[in-house]
Amino acid sequence: MALFIDLVLLGMLAIVALRVIFLKDLFAVVMLFGIYSFLSALIFVNLDAVDVAFTEAAVGAGISTVLMLGTLALTGREEKKNNHKKLLPLIVVIVTGAALIYGTLDMPPFGHADNPAHQHVAPRYIEESPKEIGLPNMVTSVLASYRGFDTLGETVVVFAAAIGVLSLLGGPRRRKDSVESGLTSHLVLRVVAKMLIPLTILFALYVQFHGDYGPGGGFQAGVIAAAAIILYALVFGLPLATHVISPVVLKILAALGVLIYAGTGVASLFLGGNFLDYNVLASDPIAGQHIGIILIELGVGITVFAVMLSIFYAFAEQSERTNIQ
Amino acid sequence: MSFIIDYYNYWIVVFLMMAGFYIVISANNLVKKIVGLNIFQTSVFMMYISIGKVSDGSAPIVADGITTYSNPLPHVLILTAIVVGVATTSVGLALIVRIKKAYGTVEENEFKDKEDLI
Repeated sequence: MALFIDLVLLGMLAIVALRVIFLKDLFAVVMLFGIYSFLSALIFVNLDAVDVAFTEAAVGAGISTVLMLGTLALTGREEKKNNHKKLLPLIVVIVTGAALIYGTLDMPPFGHADNPAHQHVAPRYIEESPKEIGLPNMVTSVLASYRGFDTLGETVVVFAAAIGVLSLLGGPRRRKDSVESGLTSHLVLRVVAKMLIPLTILFALYVQFHGDYGPGGGFQAGVIAAAAIILYALVFGLPLATHVISPVVLKILAALGVLIYAGTGVASLFLGGNFLDYNVLASDPIAGQHIGIILIELGVGITVFAVMLSIFYAFAEQSERTNIQ
Repeated sequence: MSFIIDYYNYWIVVFLMMAGFYIVISANNLVKKIVGLNIFQTSVFMMYISIGKVSDGSAPIVADGITTYSNPLPHVLILTAIVVGVATTSVGLALIVRIKKAYGTVEENEFKDKEDLI
């Protein structure tokens, strides 16, 4: 059954990708891209990667789509017709594709348990990590503990992206005169949004702190919490949203998250361990691992939340400015 | 039939990669190029997750009565790659907004023409 679902979903994905090539209406292209992300999230669930599916659904279908729509609002909806020659790109793609297909024939068959990928480090993570780290979710153990240094690097990249976007677009200022904007005439939407936003934030907190036991963790929780504030900004307007969480606070939070993460590493360094070696944080190694993982996941969550929201603010501010002019 | 099932995932992934690649090199509009890049990126993610799958395995979360788990390592790498991907995408989109401001267009051939005038 799982195999059948795999075949059908991947086929649908191919159809969506083909459609994207031929569509000229960029709004439809972005919507199709949202569908593409949701479909890939389903495929990830089917392939047992629940954490990845969670992230893809929140990030790919959520934040990416919102940011692309924000860009479309500033750059226009139609792709202009052009009489470029399409033959050369097509030939390049077909030749590359054929070479890659030829390459896949040497790959080990899909899903076999004795494939080389499952022989070396994976058995160690699967057999030892529940004993060494004490967490049921192996993805969290590997992400936060075994490969904690990697994840620190990725958190810094996310932070750097925020710096890049803010220096390109300029962040919004917190305005003193909170002009009523947003969907002022949609009473039902406003009431429903007000009920949904606290629940979304509660869900984000659940994902943040339950990530050790089920799918989830700092990356997903940060994106979900940012989505709650983005919903607020869409319904009640950007000026009010910047009153709820001001851009300056976001800048501090983005840096604070990285600081918490790196600080945990430095703390374990001072307690006599290696950088990010949580065993020394408590007298019992497993309790130490718990403390370390909660701390660094918190750092990741705060940084991702602050970065996603500041990027959204930057794009939304650009659109507001163009609308006023 | 089993030959097709053994390689179906990889072939679709290659197809998606090439669809994304084609959009990147043939599209004239910069936003569409970014969409193409994202399609390419997601297909690479799918490649890694496919390699990590074990038939009849379960999600790598310890539970009673389950002995076969899929490989958790690709999941970790791809999870963080998705978030880093949206971060870099947003930098690309911000650049597009600046290009629109500077040249008044996001069609590649049009701002190339304008560049010649400057």
